[in-house]
Amino acid sequence: MAMTITEKILAKAAGKKNVEPGVNVWLDVDVLMTHDVCGPPTIDIWKREFGGQAKIWDKDKLVIFPDHYIFTKNPQANRNVEILREFANEFGIQNYYDVGTDRYKGVCHIALAEEGYDLPGTVLFGTDSHTCTSGAFGMFSTGVGNTDAAFILGTGKIWEKIPESLKFTFDGELPPYLTAKDLILKVLGEITTDGGTYRALEFDGDAVFSLSMDERMTLTNMAIEAGAMNGIIAADAVTEAYVKQRTKKPYEIFHSDQDANYKAKYRFDASKMEPSVAKPHSPDNYDIVRNVKGTKLTKSYIGSCTGGKLSDFVAAAKILFGNKIAVPTFIVPASTLIAQQFEEETISGVSLKQIFENAGCVVAQSSCAACLGGPMDTIGRAVDGETIISTTNRNFPGRMGSKKSAVYLASPLTVAASALTGVITDPRDFL
Amino acid sequence: MEKIVKGYAFVLGNNVDTDQIIPAEHLVYSLSDPEEKKKYGHFALSSVPISQSGLPNGGIPFITGENYTSEFNILISGANFGCGSSREHAPFALQVAGVKAIIAESYARIFYRNCVDGGFLLPYETPIKLNEKIKTGDELELNVEMNSLKNISTGEIFSLRSLGDILPIIEAGDIFKYARQSGMLA
Repeated sequence: MAMTITEKILAKAAGKKNVEPGVNVWLDVDVLMTHDVCGPPTIDIWKREFGGQAKIWDKDKLVIFPDHYIFTKNPQANRNVEILREFANEFGIQNYYDVGTDRYKGVCHIALAEEGYDLPGTVLFGTDSHTCTSGAFGMFSTGVGNTDAAFILGTGKIWEKIPESLKFTFDGELPPYLTAKDLILKVLGEITTDGGTYRALEFDGDAVFSLSMDERMTLTNMAIEAGAMNGIIAADAVTEAYVKQRTKKPYEIFHSDQDANYKAKYRFDASKMEPSVAKPHSPDNYDIVRNVKGTKLTKSYIGSCTGGKLSDFVAAAKILFGNKIAVPTFIVPASTLIAQQFEEETISGVSLKQIFENAGCVVAQSSCAACLGGPMDTIGRAVDGETIISTTNRNFPGRMGSKKSAVYLASPLTVAASALTGVITDPRDFL
Repeated sequence: MEKIVKGYAFVLGNNVDTDQIIPAEHLVYSLSDPEEKKKYGHFALSSVPISQSGLPNGGIPFITGENYTSEFNILISGANFGCGSSREHAPFALQVAGVKAIIAESYARIFYRNCVDGGFLLPYETPIKLNEKIKTGDELELNVEMNSLKNISTGEIFSLRSLGDILPIIEAGDIFKYARQSGMLA
């Protein structure tokens, strides 16, 4: 029976030869990831349900990254990190990356990749909707709530409905004024915020396989903004090179069969696409930058699991180089490794960090920060009346803080160009 | 599981995401401490834009004053309810606020799973755009055995989609009770 890559991986995890969309199966989970917002309630449920005999199904497969509310004075937020720390100590969790130590990594989805947990052919669940990011490595990954995570923590298993797949093929060459963010905003505009519900989004085509792992993660990361269960890109030589640099763990590469079934197929010519935005207040509120250029801004923001990777900052730095920003601009590297790379990566001999500081940007510490608003003292948080352009993933009302703010989502190139002018600006004006 | 759920409607639009249901700055409180968890009820639906809060007219707060429960305990919404963040704090907050059931055109996957596997709320679907037919404050009666909703205020009766293959989990109470009943867990 012909199957898609998602079906093949789920069949393997379910111990079956074949699976079909719509069927519920029980899966063996390879990795469970949690963080400071959803970890403590997950642990609570696990203790409540398994009592004194509560055992973790496999300690080596549990990974905990505090990353959401880190640099805050909020006592309850800090208490949540303390709960994770005590849990990790009590149960001897090796894969715990504590705040305030040199093990601290930053945003979980990027840290999973950097630390070698993302492996082709495996199944990863996490207590965060953007867990779908890991699908860039040719694996199945998806977000769940605390109860499902507690169930996995105790049993290593979870039920899932096999999703139908949608295929998005990007042909041609990606022009220098576009990034993966422009591609995924286009997809969201086409299928809307529920076009992927209970479905897999599979990305294919020359333009996709020419992307770095950073850029591929931007595509799969925003699969959830279409409501999708997962986003996925088959592993290739680029994936294998990234993985082998980080881990010796085994993996298995799957590809969709030529005659596999798709609910729908979409085809785009990447070379003919335009710099894009999602207008307030939804990631599917698609438009091209030319149609909204000149919109006055109060702030620009480059960060998060979506738009805070090294490739995002290299793109932004190209435009910011030698220029001064016109509105407050926040640079939030997703991980501490990326923050370190800021000092090593250079353009014409100037480090990224120096380029950002020379331009007048605020360079913050690695965490989820204002992407999801967070506690009131979160750096870059949206306040009443603001209009922000951001490389993040969501612009629903109140997502970045105040519900009386408006957020445009765009590529790091478009955000950097707009930071320089104070109005929404086409990056081609600076390239 | 209650077979009949009676209550008053709170009507919302499409794409009510989990940041609107419980804003991120509140995800710091304990969900197990009996006093502290009331904050989730108090802030439930607090980031819904006021024009969209309590349709058709809007402008109706879901929670008033210092309360942590709402006078409205059945939510009527459009498509894609609960999209966005995976936070289980969202159905939890609605449960603390006293919500018993949601009837929407469709749900986002993670929110739907959380409602069912955590045993927080009944997530009913219907192809009818009930949020254009029911007004905030209407008195409703949900019949779980008949999969029907009666608007007592107008006398109209609407049929709802059956809960389908997740019904055994709902009947058991949550995913853990279901797994124990079916012999998966000791």
